[in-house]
Amino acid sequence: MNPFSSGTRLRDMIRAIRACKTAAEERAVVRKECAAIRAAVSDNDQEYRHRNLAKLMFIHMLGYPTHFGQMECLKLIASAGFPEKRIGYLGLMLLLDERQEVLMLVTNSLKQYPTEISTIQTSISLVLLYVLWGIFVLLKWHGILLLKLNDYFKVETQTLRKKFGYSICAPSPKQAALCSIRIVRKVPDLAENFMSPAAALLKEKHHGVLIAGVQLCADLCKASSEALGYLRKNCTEGSVRILRDVSNSSYAPEYDISGITDPFLHIRVLKLMRMLGQGDVDASEFINDILAQVATKIESNKNAGNAILYECVETIMGIEATGGLRVLAINILGRFLSNRDNNIRYVALNMLMKSVVVDSQAMQRHRTTILECVKDSDASIRKRALELVCLLVNDTNVKPLTKELIDYLEVSDEEFKGDLTEKICSIVERFSSEKLWYIDQMLKILSEAGNHVKDEVWHSLIVVISNAADLQGYTVRSLYKAFQTSSLQVGLVRVALWCIGEYGEMLVNGAGMLAAEEPVTVTESDAIDVVEVALKSHSSDFTIRAMSLIALLKLSSLFACFFVMHLGLLYEMTSQLLCISCRRIRELIIQHKGNFELELQQRSIEFNNIIQKHKNIQSSLVERMPVLDESTYLGRKDGSSTDVPAVKPSKANLSGTSLNLQNGVTKPPAASMGDLLDLSSDDVPATKSSTSDFLQDLLGIDLGTPVPSGAAFSGGSDILMDLLSIGSPIPNDSSPPNSVSSSVANSSAVALDKFSSLTSTSSSLSSEALTIDPLRGIEQIIRSPPSTAPIVDLLDGFSNHISVSGNEKPDFPAITAFESNSLKIAFSFTKLPGRQHDTQIKATFTNKSSNEYTDFIFQAAVPKFIQLHLDPASSSTLPASGKGSITQTLSVTNSQHGQKPLAMRVRMAYKVNNQDLLEQGQITSFPPGL
Amino acid sequence: MIRFILLQNRQGKTRLAKYYVPLEESEKHKVEYEVHRLVVNRDPKFTNFVEFRTHKVIYRRYAGLFFSMCVDITDNELAYLECIHLFVEILDHFFSNVCELDLVFNFNKVYLILDEFILAGELQETSKKAIIERMGELEKQE
Repeated sequence: MNPFSSGTRLRDMIRAIRACKTAAEERAVVRKECAAIRAAVSDNDQEYRHRNLAKLMFIHMLGYPTHFGQMECLKLIASAGFPEKRIGYLGLMLLLDERQEVLMLVTNSLKQYPTEISTIQTSISLVLLYVLWGIFVLLKWHGILLLKLNDYFKVETQTLRKKFGYSICAPSPKQAALCSIRIVRKVPDLAENFMSPAAALLKEKHHGVLIAGVQLCADLCKASSEALGYLRKNCTEGSVRILRDVSNSSYAPEYDISGITDPFLHIRVLKLMRMLGQGDVDASEFINDILAQVATKIESNKNAGNAILYECVETIMGIEATGGLRVLAINILGRFLSNRDNNIRYVALNMLMKSVVVDSQAMQRHRTTILECVKDSDASIRKRALELVCLLVNDTNVKPLTKELIDYLEVSDEEFKGDLTEKICSIVERFSSEKLWYIDQMLKILSEAGNHVKDEVWHSLIVVISNAADLQGYTVRSLYKAFQTSSLQVGLVRVALWCIGEYGEMLVNGAGMLAAEEPVTVTESDAIDVVEVALKSHSSDFTIRAMSLIALLKLSSLFACFFVMHLGLLYEMTSQLLCISCRRIRELIIQHKGNFELELQQRSIEFNNIIQKHKNIQSSLVERMPVLDESTYLGRKDGSSTDVPAVKPSKANLSGTSLNLQNGVTKPPAASMGDLLDLSSDDVPATKSSTSDFLQDLLGIDLGTPVPSGAAFSGGSDILMDLLSIGSPIPNDSSPPNSVSSSVANSSAVALDKFSSLTSTSSSLSSEALTIDPLRGIEQIIRSPPSTAPIVDLLDGFSNHISVSGNEKPDFPAITAFESNSLKIAFSFTKLPGRQHDTQIKATFTNKSSNEYTDFIFQAAVPKFIQLHLDPASSSTLPASGKGSITQTLSVTNSQHGQKPLAMRVRMAYKVNNQDLLEQGQITSFPPGL
Repeated sequence: MIRFILLQNRQGKTRLAKYYVPLEESEKHKVEYEVHRLVVNRDPKFTNFVEFRTHKVIYRRYAGLFFSMCVDITDNELAYLECIHLFVEILDHFFSNVCELDLVFNFNKVYLILDEFILAGELQETSKKAIIERMGELEKQE
């Protein structure tokens, strides 16, 4: 005999392990024990086998590797004595892993067992069996075991009754039933084999058997519709009887749990009833009474009772119950909600969430209670209550609910704020019938939890603000006030900066005051203070700083104008003399010319130049953003796939209904792009990578381009075009001078596109907003003659490169709007009687070259005071040599008719021999009086 | 259906681990570690239910021991809470005033009791008396 194998007793080993003070000591003890057990294994020691295995199980529980014990388990199972067998099975269950050869042996030894009705051992073998079913599902074994199981059902129920009664030692049908459950779950196809034995089990008296039988029935219902039909027919009555018996039974000490007889059986039967009654009126009717009885009879002062009530409510909600019963169920949940026990409230919220679809009306009554649960300290309750509140919101209660939630936002935990903010935002957006209310709520959220607000949310807020002309003054003033108290909330700061930049003058002069608004006096320097705080705050990120710079540039222009207007001074005076604010703004901007962020540094220098040297174009450069198109934005938001931006421009060409879309840039030649991207490709910050988001694009422009908001690209854009066209190849040599300007335009488009989205794919044409081009004050078309070397220093000396374009003298009523060597456009005008502002323009395009143009697209842009509508063109192919023409109708509404003449910038994109060409020009020669 | 039952002390030592679904050995250790982390520092005023991956853990603390059951998301939480309590009562009865050491030294018996109480992830016997008597019979066999 091996000296090690005698070893210590299990108890001693456990004691030794427990006495260890360090992990190292413990490892040493375990190592020693394992060595002893291994030695015993190799010696094939019989005497201590089961003790060794028990030790091994303990070692396993401590987390040490023990697979060498698996074969020992099998040997123990095969041995005759009961203690050995028992520990063998126990060991197998714990130590077993997926090792195939061991499993095979186990299965083989198992196969003999179901036939052996030798009392205890069979029961144990079943114990193992259930576990095995979970581990491997090899269908070939199912056949064998299934047959045995079927026999087992029959034999068991008969012999047991005869021989043992319900001896506690006897293996019982409950174990067979539980085993069948595992089988049915794994292989639902076998369900029909178990239908009738399962139904028979419901007639038993023993609770253990009943529970197993009921559970089996429930699983059968889930597994196959055939079984469901069968059980509905045969078991509905039986289940009602079981429930009635158990709920009416007098005190039974054996099963009593806090005054209720066997709540587990209650719950299982109720669950089965739910399956039987679901979608079946007859069965439901049959069940109704007993459900009502249980729901009213069970007391809800103990957990066991509540568990039953909870299950009962779920069944009532699940089946085709009567209205009265449902109200009863909801009321039980209402009672749960006011319970002090968190567990009860948790399940009530869970249940309410499930039944909100069934009966949301009855639930509205418990709204206030649910709202209280949002404020609970337990995160899981809060989360559920919050979700439920969101489901309960409707048009009538949205205002008080939002108010409650926002009030709570102030005091809620930091970690919960994210969730809460998201939900409130979604509620506010979903039910934003009034813009004022929406803006108010959003501002509140932003000032409470601006750090948690998602980008899309404040983006859409900006879209709404830009659309609500009458509320802009109010909004910017409210934002100003909010900023004073919550200058650390990122979301608020961003929106405030944007609005101050856009509507700064309303902040100062108090325009658009609402009746209920509290007046506030803000001076120019106050407004600049705000931006300065944002710019200099340590918590500000790159985006905020960039937005601040743009806001400053915009303010400089706004305040300069404002000043002139108020003092009635002449515009000849220099900016330095005029405006203190401007000087301060300049100083702020200059501070960033040494910024580490290349982008900020560049903007700082550019903006400074604009303020200092280009006063004449500044106001048009930084004009207010055009109204952002709500529908487009929402559309974007919904279908935010990445290809949307690329598709948009072409769509815009077709429909041409909205101003900004008409200006959609068509695909620029990729060749000119490469160069441009080289210019600053090393400073591409990752912050602006999203091309799919419309507003992101817009704001990206805000951040990235020297001309903020992409608003007014008049003279400035031309400078930019010159700048950016350096070294860019001219796409088509055959084109006359115009092609230069077109290539310039292309490159600017590309550059701007790049600025906006900073992606280098030519397909991401997300810059439609960029090209919104009010054309205000444009008197000339830019043409850089191809011969002139385009050496331009930054924004300086641009006037050298501007030459007045040779637009033909107008020819009233019809004019030649545009003519190049390759293309001619003629406009003829009609005015509808009585509608002075409106003009119908019929554009006729003629091809002067000898090549056919395909994919011909005409685009036009007009200043803000003009509205333009493009009808679809008659064709997209323009035959060569003037043999045919395309006509297209434009409807123009001049809102300043009589004061300002029509002006238009046009662009024609087409393909010659599959090569993209682009031409553009400006039309100012409209006959007067249009 | 019960996925697994864990009995852990506050230090995270597993005193009993019963799995009714097949899991890799490493996965089991991970689960035990995660469940312990979930329940051990939870405020006693909070619910006894914690979401765990795609299931939920119903746990209850008795002195320094945490009894945790992982069940399906649709299962009746209150019922399983009651179930844990019944199991503890049975243990208490069997060991007469059970303490953690009883469970350590008689871990194989604890497994036996659990097998009589829960089988293949489902409740098999709800009578405390029946289980205790059955355990007595089994003891006699040894």
